Formats: sequence, structure tokens, C-alpha cells
Amino acid sequence: MLAIRSELARDSGSSERVRLARELRDVSKQWSSALAPMDRVRLARNPARPQTLDYVGLLIRDFIEIHGDRRFADDPAIVAGLGYFGTRPVAIVGHQRGHSTSERLRRNFGKPHPEGYRKAARLYLLAHRFGLPLITFVDTQGAEPGVGAEERGQAEAIAANLELMARLETPVITCIIGEGGSGGALALAVANVVLIQENACYSVITPEGCAAILFRSAGPEKVDDVARVLRLSAADLKALGVVDEIVTEPAGGAHMDPQAAARELGAVLRRSLARMDRMTPQALRRSREAKFAAMGSPYLLDDCLENRRLPG
Amino acid sequence: MAPDEKSLHDNDKSGRDSVTADPQTREDAGESSADIWVKCPACKEVAFRKEVERNLNVCTRCGFHFRLSVEQRLAVTADRGSWRELLADVAIGDPLGFIDSRPYPMRLAEARRSTGRNDAVVVGLARIVGRRVALGVMDFDFMGGSMGTVVGEKLARLFAKALHEGLPVVVFSASGGARMQEGALSLMQMAKVAAAIGRLRDARLPYISVLCDPTTGGVAASFATLGDLNLAEPGALVGFAGRRVIEQTTNRQLPDDFQRAEFLLNHGMIDAIVERRAMRSTLAQLLAMLTAGGRAPGRRGRSAKAR
Repeated sequence: MLAIRSELARDSGSSERVRLARELRDVSKQWSSALAPMDRVRLARNPARPQTLDYVGLLIRDFIEIHGDRRFADDPAIVAGLGYFGTRPVAIVGHQRGHSTSERLRRNFGKPHPEGYRKAARLYLLAHRFGLPLITFVDTQGAEPGVGAEERGQAEAIAANLELMARLETPVITCIIGEGGSGGALALAVANVVLIQENACYSVITPEGCAAILFRSAGPEKVDDVARVLRLSAADLKALGVVDEIVTEPAGGAHMDPQAAARELGAVLRRSLARMDRMTPQALRRSREAKFAAMGSPYLLDDCLENRRLPG
Repeated sequence: MAPDEKSLHDNDKSGRDSVTADPQTREDAGESSADIWVKCPACKEVAFRKEVERNLNVCTRCGFHFRLSVEQRLAVTADRGSWRELLADVAIGDPLGFIDSRPYPMRLAEARRSTGRNDAVVVGLARIVGRRVALGVMDFDFMGGSMGTVVGEKLARLFAKALHEGLPVVVFSASGGARMQEGALSLMQMAKVAAAIGRLRDARLPYISVLCDPTTGGVAASFATLGDLNLAEPGALVGFAGRRVIEQTTNRQLPDDFQRAEFLLNHGMIDAIVERRAMRSTLAQLLAMLTAGGRAPGRRGRSAKAR
């Protein structure tokens, strides 16, 4: 793949370029479909992958970061702010894992504390009050398993965000750009449209955590098995109805060409936003509620469907 | 969201012990000494089982609250004869084809056999001291009370039913968290129920959440902490991350009361700890006060308008 890519960079003949580009895409597709689920998780965790602030830099103009939860602290694991997406002002919230070791430490590897969710909630309310579309980026292994996070009520902080996001009367789009892990991810992901990048994943628990619970001693092969049955790849999640659309990545993954990855993501975001343009604020809320009310329903063995009533 | 079932069992040998064995099977087996006596895991007092049961399964000496089965919970909460179960037939297949040491359908079948129900929650209508409520009770004996699609669906429909009928909601939680065997679908149930609660809140109908031992993971991070009031039973373990996970990651021994109801109360995270013998009357009083302001729309009102 690298060979084709470098050839592509050198070569200038246009018909040759087209041929090489096609070849690159095919090879990349083969490579991607051959990935074992756990390799996919590792790819999603690759620190070189573009993160929230990278996409903000490439897609959002005049971004102004908003800090703090006005209760306790500013959580660097979640970034939030306002800016222009094209010509539209939008609210942005996303996990930020960090690229360098020092940034990763400072940002707690993107694992939020309760104050992170509460900062996010402030942005959700701003978006709701001022009719701004809300765009969130999900990229976290999950909530911080720590004493302070428990003392300050991370369960309640996540729960409150789920309800709040469901109620927002403004367009909400989520893109899972890396690893979407458990409640720490979902607290940013109750959206009208949930996008996932080709090599990202989304799960109720990390494969490692799942294996540790199911098997007392969780060796790497158990983790591989669990990653397989958790069905956490983009294609699996689409089939389950958990995500709406898969956003393609450049050959080899988003980190190979962040600009191209951002272009692709930007195009899908624009299209998704445009689709919600004509919906009333109430309809936006109603359709989001209905979407989540239907999660998993196709798998219910249910004799009493006449009892069914969507909330509201 | 680690539904840390094993660690829950590990740090809490207390729990159900044998106190909650089905009286029917007990008689069939003939009464052995273990059936007549029960030892309190907190104070080690050995007492007559009958006496402890008469005391609502609370230790007569130290007040330790044993876990209750769904039937016991309904018996000590709802007015006699008032319980009408809804949606008992709702069940799940095997959406992921999940296999660990055993296939998920096998685990489900076992849990169904041993509990006699389809999944880890019962929902229905009842009266509490004469007051009509929509009531949900989680079953910790069914795969650790884990929340999969059925739990999410039944609770969301219970909230919708309450909205439609203008009823307050009471839910007793007991759960290790989201059900791993249903993958991301179980994660989505957290949002499903939270959204349904949002509608109820708009209609100004009260929802009281009662956190029982244990309520952790994805259940703690959704409907269990979204009550207009969040009550807990004494000593109930309530938290998001599993204790063992936190100990491993922080490399630090945690105090015994970590994530217990008293710990949460001290940190401002729950509204009150209510002893079992006072729970029924407390719920009735709180519901009476919350509905006395006349802001709830009753049977039609907003829910009808919203459609």
C-alpha cells in the first residue's frame, strides 16, 4: 500500500494516477476487510489517528474553546467550543486523547471525569437555547475508573447527559472517530445522526474489560475472541442499527492522510446537517427519541406489540 | 460500564445468601438447619429465618438489609392484591451471536429457568398505600440484573404508559450494569430509558428511583440516578466503575464504605437513605407531596397534546 502511495505521489501522468488510485483503494479495502476485530480496535486507538482538535482545525473556522463546568474543574479529556462549520455557527464537543505522551497524560487519555460531562452539558444547553447545531466527536475508552470520579457522581453526570441530549431541540450529529467506549462515549452520542469512521469502533465495554469479567484470567487470545463476539466494528454496528452511516477513510486509515479524512467527514457532516434543515426543533427531538426508542427492537421476541407506544 | 458481576459477588457475600430461597422448594426438600437459621453477614448474628423474614429481611440485631427477590420486593412495597404485571412476554433472542464460555441463548435459558421470567426486570401497575403508581423492579438473580434490550424496552414502555395514564413512576434498581452479551445494543438502552424519562419530566409526573444493593455500571449511569428523587436502601452498593477495577487502576486500597449508600449521601449524590420498614410509607408521602401542587396533567393533558 505504501509503495503504491509513494508511486502515486511521484507520478504525474493523469491516467496513470487514476489507475494507481483505484489500485490503492482496492488494496486498502482488501486489507481493511481482512483485519481481525482486535486489530481494528488497535487501529482505532492508534495515537497518530486524527483526534477531535485535528478535525476542528481542519473543518471549523474561528473555533473558540469553552472551558469548565462551573462546578469543580475543567476536564481536559473533553474539549468544547463554538465555531463556524462552513457558514454556520455550531457547538462542538469531543473527547481528546492527546497525541504526545505529555498531552495524553494531561488529558487522562481521553477518559473523562464528571466535570467533563458537565462541561459538555453546558454546551448542549447553549446549542439548544440558541438553535445551534451540535456536533460531537467520540474518542474514548470510557469513563475514568477513579475515586474522585465516583465521589463526584460520574454515574449521575453521564445519566443526566443522556436525558439532556435526548431532549435537545436542535440538530445533533455524532461522529465516532476512534474508540467509542461505554457510558463515557454515549454521554456524547445521543444524536439524530450517528456516524462512524470506517476503522473506528463502538462498544459497551472494552474487549479487555469484557474478557476480564467473563474469564477470570484474560489472555490475549480471549481478548481476541471477545472482540469478535462484541460486534464492535463499523459494519457490524451499522447492521445492528446502532450507527447510521459509515464514513470512509483514506487508504490505510485516517492517520495516513488526515486532510483527506477530514474532507470526507466534512462532506458527510454537511450532507447530514442539510437533511435536518427543514425539521422543526420539536421534530428534531421527536425523531431522536424515536430513533433511540427503537434500538434493539428488531431483536425482541414479542407477542404484545399492540402495547407498543413510543415515548411521547 | 463494567457490569462487574463477579466482583460484586466477591465483595459482598452478604446479599441473598439463602434467605430468599423459594418457600416451595424449601418445603419440598424438607427443612434442614440452614433453612431454619440465617446468619447475618454484617454482625454474624444467627437468627431464626422466620423472624428475619418477618422483619422484612432486615437483621433484627444490626439492621443489615438482605437483598430481596422480586416477589419479596413487591410484597413489601405494593398494596396486597394491587400488582398487575405488564409486558411479561417481552424477550430477547441472540442479536450478536455472542459466545463466551457458553452461548448467550444458553445463559438466557438457564436464567429463565431459575427465575421463571423472561428477563431482568418486571414492570406493572400497583398501588402504594392506596396511590396508583407505575412500578418497576429489577431482578438481580437474572444474569446479575444486567440491562439488555428487554430491560430497556420494558422500562421505556413503563415510562410511556405512566405518561399516558398520568401516573407517577417508582423503580427499584438492582443491577451489575449493561449486559455485555448484547454489546452496543445494551449501551443504547441507557439512552432509550433516559429519553423516556425526559418525556415524563416534561409532563411533571414524579419519578422516584430507589437504589438497592447493588446498582452499578450502565444502570447507575441511566435511569437509576435520574429520579426526581433518588433514594437508597442502607448499605446499598452504588457506583459506576467496579471497585476492583478502581483498585487495580489506582493501586490503592479503598475504604469499606466506598460506593455504599452512606458514602454517596455524604458526597451529596443521593437524596436520602430509607430503611426498608419505612420505604412504603416514605414513597407514599413523597408522592403525595409531589403531586399535591397540581402541576401534573393527569390522564390527558400534555401527553395527549404532545402527540
